[in-house]
Amino acid sequence: MSKQGSTQTFTRRQVLIAASGLALAGFVSRVRPAIADAASTQEAIKKVIGGKDPKPGRIKLKLPEIAENGNTVPVSFSVDSPMTKKDYVKAVHLFAEANPRPNVGSFYFSPTSGKATASTRMRLLKTQNIVALAEMNDGSVYMTKTKVKVTIGGCGG
Amino acid sequence: MATKPRVKVPQQVKKGEVFEVKTLISHKMETGLRKDKKTGALIPRKIINKLIVKYDGREVFKADFHPAISANPYMSFFTKATKSADMEFTWVDDDGTEYKHTAKINVN
Repeated sequence: MSKQGSTQTFTRRQVLIAASGLALAGFVSRVRPAIADAASTQEAIKKVIGGKDPKPGRIKLKLPEIAENGNTVPVSFSVDSPMTKKDYVKAVHLFAEANPRPNVGSFYFSPTSGKATASTRMRLLKTQNIVALAEMNDGSVYMTKTKVKVTIGGCGG
Repeated sequence: MATKPRVKVPQQVKKGEVFEVKTLISHKMETGLRKDKKTGALIPRKIINKLIVKYDGREVFKADFHPAISANPYMSFFTKATKSADMEFTWVDDDGTEYKHTAKINVN
């Protein structure tokens, strides 16, 4: 303020501005639900697969490089697996790092699936990484990550 | 609300063949994060949260959907032909409603 190092005093106006700012911040955070980030995605992943450490490889994601409409972004994945009773993919989980909530979907397979490949369509709020995890029957988990550019965000306002 | 389940399977498959199944159902998939433009109130979440597929009475595929799945959820997956039998599809809504569809799988 006026003199550095002196005890800060606030005028009535400043206090009011600060208070309205806080109220506004509160309001905005209520309107726009906190957006997920890499850390909260990690938390969501932990909830799904437990404390397992995902290894890279075996799972491939197919996504458009640029998604013009974030409301409907096609996504496919396939996991390299013989899909036999001894060695098969139990589940695949998809996460979007910068959506209001990182979870997208979980897909469950069995040896009768023949191959662990599937496609769906998802909503993306903005440009972000998509994380895919493949859970094998022996408990190992494989992971891949792909970035998608989103021109117009989905999820609604 | 949700209507017209559509399922596409090959007309005929050979025993042991791995074939693709495509599914689509009309549903708004309301995320629960959108606001009513007039009242400003949050529109409650209402999505299809599960798709279960049984072939010859056995579960062959299952999916859990979150609000990030687009409206009119599309899902395709693969399965191995065992014998001529019904493939039953069940979509489960947040309100507990089940939408069902049956497709015939012809194995020769």
